[in-house]
Amino acid sequence: MNRISFTKKTLAVVLLLISTGGVCAGINGKSLYQHNCAACHGDGGKGGVGVPLGLESFQVTISDSYLFSTIRNGRPGRVMPAFKRMSDAQIDAIIKYVRRFVKSSKQSIRVTYSSKSIKGDIKAGAKIYQKNCAACHGAKGEGGKGTGVTFSRPRDLPIIAPALANSGFLKSASDSMIKQTLVKGRKGTPMVSFLQKGLKMKDIDNVVAYIRSFEKLAAANEKKLSHDAKAKNLSPVIKVRSEYDLKTTVANLQKAVAASNYKLIRTQYLNQGLVEKGKENKKQVILYFCNFNQLNTALAIDPRVGLFLPCRLTVAETKDGVFIYAVNSSRLSQLYNNAELSKICGAMRVTYMAIIEEATL
Amino acid sequence: MRQKITKYLPLLALMGVFFMNNGFAQDLMMVRSKQAFPETMTDLQNAIIKHGYKISRIQRVDIGLTKAKYKTDKYRVVFFGKQDEIEKISRDYPDIIAYLPLKISIFAEGEQTLVVGMNPEKLSEFYPQAGLQLYFKRWKHDYQSIFDGLVK
Ligand code: HEC
Ligand code: HEC
Repeated sequence: MNRISFTKKTLAVVLLLISTGGVCAGINGKSLYQHNCAACHGDGGKGGVGVPLGLESFQVTISDSYLFSTIRNGRPGRVMPAFKRMSDAQIDAIIKYVRRFVKSSKQSIRVTYSSKSIKGDIKAGAKIYQKNCAACHGAKGEGGKGTGVTFSRPRDLPIIAPALANSGFLKSASDSMIKQTLVKGRKGTPMVSFLQKGLKMKDIDNVVAYIRSFEKLAAANEKKLSHDAKAKNLSPVIKVRSEYDLKTTVANLQKAVAASNYKLIRTQYLNQGLVEKGKENKKQVILYFCNFNQLNTALAIDPRVGLFLPCRLTVAETKDGVFIYAVNSSRLSQLYNNAELSKICGAMRVTYMAIIEEATL
Repeated sequence: MRQKITKYLPLLALMGVFFMNNGFAQDLMMVRSKQAFPETMTDLQNAIIKHGYKISRIQRVDIGLTKAKYKTDKYRVVFFGKQDEIEKISRDYPDIIAYLPLKISIFAEGEQTLVVGMNPEKLSEFYPQAGLQLYFKRWKHDYQSIFDGLVK
């Protein structure tokens, strides 16, 4: 065998491996689900951070195209991400897998919906909505508080009511699907059948028309979010020069933290724990501090935020002088796709600025 | 000829890795481990160490909350890094200092455990400096591998 044909063969094998790897991965709905969905929706769609996907009552009222569109568009501001980079085939594979959560005998009930809009009296629908739905879905369709996140905390409902004034939801759900959800309810969840609860078909049509009228509001909500995301121009860090030396700056910060209703948890060197004791870089100091009430509130809204809590300031002596650094929480809030959390992140930024100002006066 | 092909082999191999990767890394990477908190915590720490990092500290967020009389399940943040990397990066690019060392948070959800980290590639949007990009890529790769290992 000469060298060239050897490398050609190797190449062929490599290419084969690549392509089969790609295809296998592409059609492995289970693996795709486990890596991209299970963290929130649980194994077998049992629910958790996200609503359960495995309930029969859910699956018999939704179409494949609803699932497809929901995965593709996500739910802006409501934690559920948009999977923009997935191929259609991969989304289809996930849908196939999600459908297997329900016994195969029920698979035949797979529904499709017409995209025709349902006519109704929006004003009348609004009244019915406020009386029957607002308590769970929010007065303006903003959804239940806490964005579905459990984090093993006590909460009002086992499943948080999804946002209805949400562009991701409204893009995905047809009028007839919404209607069917109201008629049948979702057994096993707090969402009951409103036909059984005494609403007439006409009432239901009116509510559907009202929910559809959320579209403007939903677009405005989304626009506001993408406006927040324009925080893209914001620096990822807050960086302030201190006119004091490192030691004084640290001491000033400690005082400022205590004066602003926070508890100083600890002061340490940046590379403490990475190097032998005594060999730390003494020119990089971290202060951790916390307001437990605020921490508790933030974690209840979205436990993932613990990644940037408790609060932290870093002081470093560089060749250009002494600086104080903090992550810019307003910039980071866009990681979470959680409108409720964005407010807290804004407040956190204000806190950081106040403490730093106080310490550098 | 041979040289030409072999030159591309690493690239092709990389492409393979890319295609086999099932995680469409969001800005926040997150996995659910079917194991309870203590087992997952052990697995996470071992995985971090196996990827060549040192764990510098474990922040026990839940203990602080419980002491302050708030109800919470187990919640920890694991800090880690490589000393030489952290030293070099924080010296050459001090603005990134607020994001160092690396960290992953881990918390119980009933009998299972959730693990969350910021996708290190997000940092390249924050810090486009050429000298940093390889670090971000490698960290991302390591995170992916660590997270994948927790899904069993
Ligand atoms: C007791 C609380 C509660 C009330 C009252 C309630 N819902 Fe729901 N609703 C929920 C929950 C929880 C879900 C999610 C169910 C699931 O997990 O599948 C839901 C789901 C829905 C959905 C599907 C949304 C989606 O993203 O899949 C629609 C549409 C809906 N509700 C509309 C309404 C309307 C209209 C009313 C009033 C007529 C109403 N709901 C009353 C709790 C409630
Ligand atoms: C970071 C957490 C998270 C991830 C990851 C996630 N989801 Fe969701 N998902 C949610 C939340 C939270 C909701 C409910 C939104 C609301 O409350 O308004 C939701 C809603 C949904 C819905 C609508 C359910 C209904 O009642 O109509 C579907 C379908 C869905 N997700 C499928 C998926 C699939 C499939 C994946 C993986 C490709 C996925 N999700 C990944 C959190 C997540």
